This record gives sequence, structure tokens and C-alpha cells, in this order.
Amino acid sequence: MIVIIKYNAGNIRSVQNAVARLGYESIITDNPKEIREATKVIFPGVGEASSAMSYLRERKLDEVILSLKQPTLGICLGLQLMCKSSEEGNTICLGIFDTETKQFLPEDKVPHMGWNSFSKKEDTTLLKGINSTDDVYYVHGYYAETCNETIATCNYIKEFSSVMQKNNFYAMQFHPEKSASVGEQLLRNFLELEK
Amino acid sequence: MLKKRIIPCLDIKNGRTVKGVNFVDIKDAGDPIELAKKYVKDGADELIFLDITATLEDRKTLISLVEKIAEEINIPFTVGGGISSVEDALALIKAGADKVSINSSAVKNPQLIVDLKERFGSQFVVVAIDTKSVDGRGKVFTKGGTYETRWETLQWAKEVEELGAGEILLTSMNSDGTKGGFDIDITKKVSELVNIPVIASGGAGKVKHFEEVFTKTQASAGLAASIFHFGEIPIPRLKEALKTNNILVR
Repeated sequence: MIVIIKYNAGNIRSVQNAVARLGYESIITDNPKEIREATKVIFPGVGEASSAMSYLRERKLDEVILSLKQPTLGICLGLQLMCKSSEEGNTICLGIFDTETKQFLPEDKVPHMGWNSFSKKEDTTLLKGINSTDDVYYVHGYYAETCNETIATCNYIKEFSSVMQKNNFYAMQFHPEKSASVGEQLLRNFLELEK
Repeated sequence: MLKKRIIPCLDIKNGRTVKGVNFVDIKDAGDPIELAKKYVKDGADELIFLDITATLEDRKTLISLVEKIAEEINIPFTVGGGISSVEDALALIKAGADKVSINSSAVKNPQLIVDLKERFGSQFVVVAIDTKSVDGRGKVFTKGGTYETRWETLQWAKEVEELGAGEILLTSMNSDGTKGGFDIDITKKVSELVNIPVIASGGAGKVKHFEEVFTKTQASAGLAASIFHFGEIPIPRLKEALKTNNILVR
């Protein structure tokens, strides 16, 4: 079963809807056992970093996420929480990716909101069939700095991590569930990953 | 590079689109989902649904409509109309809305912007501003443009940004419905003043009006209704024309 980790705010149902449109069933849960037994885990992120991390710690979901061996996808705030720390609420995060989340300087409109492309640093299964001219939908005021685990970058105000990958952990700063056919291709790529 | 967004706006009454549409390829032009799907296929970047009724019974219809839209549509959409509390917004966001738009209720109770931002994050909060020139100054109007508030448009735009709005939907009552072009003057002033995205609305009648608003102002998006509904400017043609003029669109 595909599991979408439950949060305290926002519309994670849109992730479930997108997964359903691709023909997959999924459940939304914060039950550690169900998350551990999942075939794939999606870790969406909506809301604010420090309250999201508190929510995870209270339920010991931070330990659960770190122990996962199946393909796990962080989306938006999910990606940021998988980094070492976030400037949002000065939060210590999960530390899966060796980088930090910072706030955009107000050198252009913030949040970075709308359709923008990304450039691939590596050609991986996750990015199969995606071109550098394809646009995806971003909405975020914080960004993860680039690091060795960055497999695609986007440039807005500065270059930041758009897609990251480390072992079984994958993450996207944009919203594939809201990124029309390109987003569907990316989600399908993730859902079709071998274990 | 970040693209300029093209946003069709659908007015909803009792779960159906109103103002009429004329697409030959849509069986039921009053069905918001049919119309929304057509716009997604055409390359619309976002959709805005404005509920123009406010009875309790219609709100329930709206919620179930939003649930259906969220199931079917794979681009972001905003829902506005009749939202005056965090509970109203929560019901829509739970149903799957990506953003909510507030207008009169924000002027009446600016704290609502703060409350929505704290509960959901500023990216969920669109503040719609209806502006009209009065003695040469932009003034904010509410209640469907019938009531002149004490706020000057620039002052209110800055205020909503500071309170935590993630985006401003700026409709010029001077240009709305004229098809004579967006109100460049106020759109330029507001979009240069605030550091959040501004959606220009009101007056689009030709492709060149979009070119104009994207080259002469800092607007992040252009919104229109009837020119899209009546097929006067198909979105694919609009986007091709903008690309030809070096305006970045998806």
C-alpha cells in the first residue's frame, strides 16, 4: 500500500487525488506501523517547519521516517524537513540531505509562486522523460541550498535544490500533484520505482 | 525562469458556472468541471472559482463541487466568495482548494488575514482588492464594488502584504468589463509596491492587453473571464502570441 504521511494542516488530499488519477490506491495516516509496512511513502509538506517537526516528533514519526527502506518521496515542505535544518522557526530537521533550508532574500517576489523549470544535474529514473523546458508548479518562501544530493536545480533569486535523491529518499521542492502532465510523469516515475 | 501565469476565472452560482460560455466541444457549458478540464487542456496555469451566492445550502453545494474539482484537476485552483472565517476557509481547503481568496471580509476584519496565514501559511491566502479611481486616487471598494472603503488602494495593498497575504488579486473597476485593456497605472503601482505576486484583473479584451500588462507592470499573472469563456481569445493562441513577444509563459 502507498502511504501518505498525515499532517496537521493543509490539503494533502490533493496528493492522494493525484495518486488516484494514476490508478493507485493510497491511505493517509500517521500510524507508524502502517507507514513502516508501506510499499511507497509520500511525505508531503504543507504548513510551517517548526510546527510540522513538533508534530512528527510528538508521534515519533521522525524516527519512523529515518528508518524507512522503501522509496520515500518528500514534497515541498517535505523536502525541506528532510534537510539538516530550516531557517523557518530555526528548526532542527531530519538530516537526510546534507544541506540547509534558508529563507529567500526579498530580491524578487516572495513566495516563489508559479511555473518554473529545473535543470537536471543527473539523469535518474525519477526524472525519466522530463526535459529541461518542462515547467512544474512551485510555491515556497524557503529553499534548500544545493548539495551533493541535488539532482536538479531551479534558479529563482538564487540556484536552489529542486529535486534531491539519496538512497531510497527522494524529494521535490515543487508540487508534482499540481504540475499537470509533467507532474503526473514524475509521480508515475516515483510510483514505478523498484524497491 | 518563472513564467507569467494565465488564469481563467469561473463564476459559480449554486454549483454551476454562470455568465455563459460558448464552446462547441463542451456538452454542458454550465458544468464547472467540464469547463475547468477544457481550460487545463488548453494550458491554463491556474483556475479561480468565485462563488457568487452565499446561502448556507449553496455553501454545501460549493464544498462538494470543490471536492470534485480537486479530484479531477491537476493544476492549482483558488476558491473565493463568502469566506469570512478560518472555519469557512478550512472547509474549502479540506475539500481540496489550493488557495482561498478573501475580499470584503478582509477589509471588515483584517485580523482574518493574520489568522488564515497562521493556520495555513501565506501561500493559501489570496486577498482580492477591487479598486476604482476616485478623484485621481485608487480607492478600495467592497461588497461587489458597491461600497467605498476608507482605504486607498496602495495603502491597503501594503497592509495586506504585512498582515500575511501570499498574493493579491487586483481588479480595476474602471477597466472591468470594458475589454479596453488592464488598468496599467494601478497595476504598475501596486505590483511595484508589494513584494508578493499580483494578479492583474479587469479589462482584458485582446492579446496585446496581456503583453502590455506583463511588459509595463510587475504583474505575475493575468486573469480574465468572458474572453476565455466565449472563445474570443483561446489560451493556446494567447500563449503563442506572448511567446512570440518574448514573454515567458508555460
